[in-house]
Amino acid sequence: MNNIVVMPMVIPLLMGVILIFLRPFVKAQRVLSMVAMIATVIATVYILNLIQSDGILRLDFGGWLPPYGILFVADSFSTLLVLTTAVVTAIILLYSFSSVGPRYENMFFYPFVLFLVAGVNGSFLTGDLFNLFVCFEVMLLASYVLITLGGRRVQLIESIKYVVINVLSSWFFLVGIAYLYGTIGTLNMAHLSVRIAEVGQGPLLTVIGIIFLLVFSLKSGLLLYFWLPGSYSAPPTAVAALFGALLTKVGIYAMFRTFTLLFYHEPHITHTLIGVMAAITMVGGSLGAIAYDDVRQIVSYNVVITVGFILVGLAVFNEVAIIGSIYYLIHDMVVKALLFLLAGTMIYLTGKSRLADMSGLIRNYPVLGWLFFITTLSLAGIPPLSGFIGKLYIGQGTVGAGAYVLLAIAFLSGMFVLYSLLRIFMNCFWGETIISEDDEPPLRNRLLLPCVLLGIATFVLGVGVEGISDYVRDAAYTLMNPEVYVDAVLNDEK
Amino acid sequence: METLITILIGVLVTVAVYLLLSRSLIRVILGSAVLSHAVHLLLMVMGGLKKGSVPLLGEQAEAYTDALPQALILTAIVISFAVSAFLLVLAYRTYKETGLDDLHELRGFTDE
Repeated sequence: MNNIVVMPMVIPLLMGVILIFLRPFVKAQRVLSMVAMIATVIATVYILNLIQSDGILRLDFGGWLPPYGILFVADSFSTLLVLTTAVVTAIILLYSFSSVGPRYENMFFYPFVLFLVAGVNGSFLTGDLFNLFVCFEVMLLASYVLITLGGRRVQLIESIKYVVINVLSSWFFLVGIAYLYGTIGTLNMAHLSVRIAEVGQGPLLTVIGIIFLLVFSLKSGLLLYFWLPGSYSAPPTAVAALFGALLTKVGIYAMFRTFTLLFYHEPHITHTLIGVMAAITMVGGSLGAIAYDDVRQIVSYNVVITVGFILVGLAVFNEVAIIGSIYYLIHDMVVKALLFLLAGTMIYLTGKSRLADMSGLIRNYPVLGWLFFITTLSLAGIPPLSGFIGKLYIGQGTVGAGAYVLLAIAFLSGMFVLYSLLRIFMNCFWGETIISEDDEPPLRNRLLLPCVLLGIATFVLGVGVEGISDYVRDAAYTLMNPEVYVDAVLNDEK
Repeated sequence: METLITILIGVLVTVAVYLLLSRSLIRVILGSAVLSHAVHLLLMVMGGLKKGSVPLLGEQAEAYTDALPQALILTAIVISFAVSAFLLVLAYRTYKETGLDDLHELRGFTDE
């Protein structure tokens, strides 16, 4: 029992409520939202180090011991993701201070960003399946508001699809919960894990597992990604960056949690299915990324490719590959935020979003150009940047499992990532400079600073990978040995 | 009794799927509302319909009804209420902005 565990959700939630009352005071909102995110970062770092010394932490709400009450469980995997979420959100907030404009800031932009973060952190930390559903809904409702905020025509049209598809996937989530409760009689994840291991994962439970797979693949864009490129290219840059960095990752996290803790007894059915879905996702995403001519579309399809790539690690299901997936997950949250911010900045500067309409930007904005190039290299997995280590481990794990087809597709999709981004780089940054010196809008340092910070983050994550390797190894160990998690929740009298 | 309710759930889902697949936006929203009612019923049936007495200590009954599904349904109702309200407002705004409520005409990117 340690109350600190709930802080990553409570701080943004309470601050969001306070900010609602401060609607006219934009400056105060900016300061307070940043304070909330920094407080979350500090609390999470503390939790992460506490886990290394004391083992997995848990908080039983209201003193109801598991499996009766709802609880939060913080292990290395969830806490690492919470930490990355908090850092990335803080940097995106910095970008939104000077980019979203008073139309948004007066209309509860910051409270809803904080509610989104509260939902994301809650989803990472919860130890109860129904509570996971509730946290998902907190996150989704905040995202519905953020995607429609501003009310431009394209936003409204795209958000209808986004909302309806998420209502449908939440419905499937509830159906899965109902069936699981009907068969197993509990919703506490550790308790579920014990009981599923006791009764054996028969055909019925495997089908329920596949319902959950359907739910989380709709949320994360695994195979069922048709809604993603449209809705991620509609909102303003800061919101798109938040979505691209965080939302799909929550679905991926939930998939990792359910298929390592609950439904891990029949990997030749469920995990093979995940592998096939991941392969198709990577192929489809690659085709989308090279087919479109619109920067926002290309960037959104890059999100799709990555989802497939990370889930290769879950599909082959060994510790090395899981380590790789966790590294890549953290790397991708940082770099996707950077990529969306850079793409948004390019569109802001030129007023155009098609490749053919931009040219020679590097002459006017050299830092932006080089940052884009670094991002491209990082996503392609060139050492010493952060994408390398994750790719290496996923590759090693896939070779170890003998899944060569998956390996080939995963690394070919990396080539497509490189090609699609280099296409943007060569078309938009090289070539003749169209904008004359007088017409070029100045790139304010306040817009550039968050991008530079994220660029430094991808470099530091790549070079200083040893700094987080202990945490990542512990996270992968816990995922591959569910009894550690179960022990911490059910038997530990802390 | 459980069988009867299960059949009712099936009927509700059928109606909801029919509504969801139609082109009118309002019908889609109504479909999503009906769909959520179906899953609330499913949650209740899965927990078992009322067999014992109220789950209070000191009642000295032989069997108690499982109270958890009620709690789940209550939470789920609140959430689906909020989402439906949001969707209705969204549909109204979209209609005011574009003059359309036909999903066929609302699809895709306008600049493609």
